[in-house]
Amino acid sequence: MKDMVATEVTLEEVTAFLWAEADLLDARDYDAWLALWTDDGHYVIPIEKNATDFANTLNIAYDDKAMRKMRVERFQAGFSISSAPPADSVRTVSRIVIDKVEGEVITVRAAQHVIEDKFGRQRAFAANVEWALVVTENGLMIRDKVVRLLNSDGTLTSISYLF
Amino acid sequence: MSLDEFPSGPVDTDQLMKGDRVATAMYEDPAIFDAEMDKIFGKCWNWVGHESEVPGKGNFKLSWVGQQPIIISRDRKGELHVLVNRCRHRAASVCEIKKGKTSSFQCPYHGWGYALNGDLRAIPYTEGYSADFDKANYGLKKLRVETFEGMIFATFDWDAEPLEDFLGNAKPWIRLFMKQGGGFPIKALGEHQFKVPMNWKVQLENTTDAYHFPIVHKSFLQSLDGEALDTFSFMEDDDGYVEDLGNGHSVMVMMPELIDLDDDPDAPIPERFAELAETLRKDYDEAQVKRIVRAVGGCGFNLNLFPNAACSLSFFRILRPVSVNETEIRHIALGMEGGPEAANQMRMRLHEHFQGPMGFGSPDDAEVWERVQRGSAGAGELDVMVNRGLGLEKEGENGLPIGDVSAETGMRSAYKMWKKVMDQ
Repeated sequence: MKDMVATEVTLEEVTAFLWAEADLLDARDYDAWLALWTDDGHYVIPIEKNATDFANTLNIAYDDKAMRKMRVERFQAGFSISSAPPADSVRTVSRIVIDKVEGEVITVRAAQHVIEDKFGRQRAFAANVEWALVVTENGLMIRDKVVRLLNSDGTLTSISYLF
Repeated sequence: MSLDEFPSGPVDTDQLMKGDRVATAMYEDPAIFDAEMDKIFGKCWNWVGHESEVPGKGNFKLSWVGQQPIIISRDRKGELHVLVNRCRHRAASVCEIKKGKTSSFQCPYHGWGYALNGDLRAIPYTEGYSADFDKANYGLKKLRVETFEGMIFATFDWDAEPLEDFLGNAKPWIRLFMKQGGGFPIKALGEHQFKVPMNWKVQLENTTDAYHFPIVHKSFLQSLDGEALDTFSFMEDDDGYVEDLGNGHSVMVMMPELIDLDDDPDAPIPERFAELAETLRKDYDEAQVKRIVRAVGGCGFNLNLFPNAACSLSFFRILRPVSVNETEIRHIALGMEGGPEAANQMRMRLHEHFQGPMGFGSPDDAEVWERVQRGSAGAGELDVMVNRGLGLEKEGENGLPIGDVSAETGMRSAYKMWKKVMDQ
């Protein structure tokens, strides 16, 4: 991967990366997930359907590097009753589209379905997810990830894992 | 014990609310829930919205009173109306857009058109009705509406006491709460909405429950730095308190130094706000910077307003009963209308940190509330205890009890009002 050039990254390579990320999240291997990120971007779950100015709108999550780390520490420390234990999750990522490639940045979007299970009941979340992936000497990394839940501005339930 | 073993029929409030405890059926019995929808949500003043959600002429917002869908609208004269979202013809909802601007509401079924004040303006093919059909009798059902400090309340009871009498001792606390505009009008910036499988009174109790904070929110506290952590040390301090304000309202003061944000204007700027203060100094003098920074941090109390609202530290917490074991919660973030962008951004980031479906606090609240509902399915003959602090309370200036910060004084206040209203 050392001499990777963004314009030469294939859909298959992007898909493999997103599936590997999904696998880490379902396994709750959050330390490995944090290591996928560059230092500068945000993990965002907006409320408003068409929001783009995330800093100036209220979000469900708007995490820079420090907040991502704190979020993971909270999940791992065992003191959060909602995540000790969390709901189990199974997700699929599909309908992957590379929207554009500019310099080292690949803009990708996909459909994601997550089913969670806790207390003997299951809940489903569907989302359009957007990534800004960066080609680095260590391979693909995530700069930004925006999870647009289908019912983001509706009534949700508490969520004890990451999308 | 299963649900169908609970007694049904007329609600015997003496058996349900016993002062220092309440019967398990209060969380479990659908017949009690139905009576509450009629007597509490059908008659009391309910919080329905904030004026900033319908700022201009023609603005509307959908909301609820209990289980009933309503529209808050502002007509062409700027007057507020609260209308049941149900066509007077064959009951279809006349609006399904959450908020926006319009000149009228038109039923999609047969085209009946209503003005912003609910009056029936036009119906298609009027020749199908006889001459004695009078449109004046078929406006959208209207609720009585009054406002206080920007908060909009409505009631189905046209004979209810004036809103200000109902709010009573809560009024000065509402005025204090609104000081977190920092000199700017308060504005709703957005909201988190989530539902929890619990009875609505589990939520009503929680806003006046400091006892759970260090337990349930340990993981939130662990994410704070030392200085912010000091702010939340109210269970170790001995100056916080809960005061019964009458009519089911109560206030839980967690940080007495943050009751009145205009007090102590020369207090140093906390380290965690230093960067914000530096940004603000480009546009504001030092006194304004201090005032805005202090406002950004929010107030030091939760004001619980019976039956469905709370002014909680820095946001509105609104509950909506859906069924006996399902409740929807709104956490409305507040900011400064026309205020500095950096200050409003910080307000939103602080809100996101704790609140909402993925905050560091709310999911843990939701978990324990659901656990209350799951647990109360067992041993229905046992009561739910709200006796903490009894025998240790003092009498306040209003002649009502004041307990220490973790006392269940506020819950007893709410249940006292519950009984009073249910007995009417």
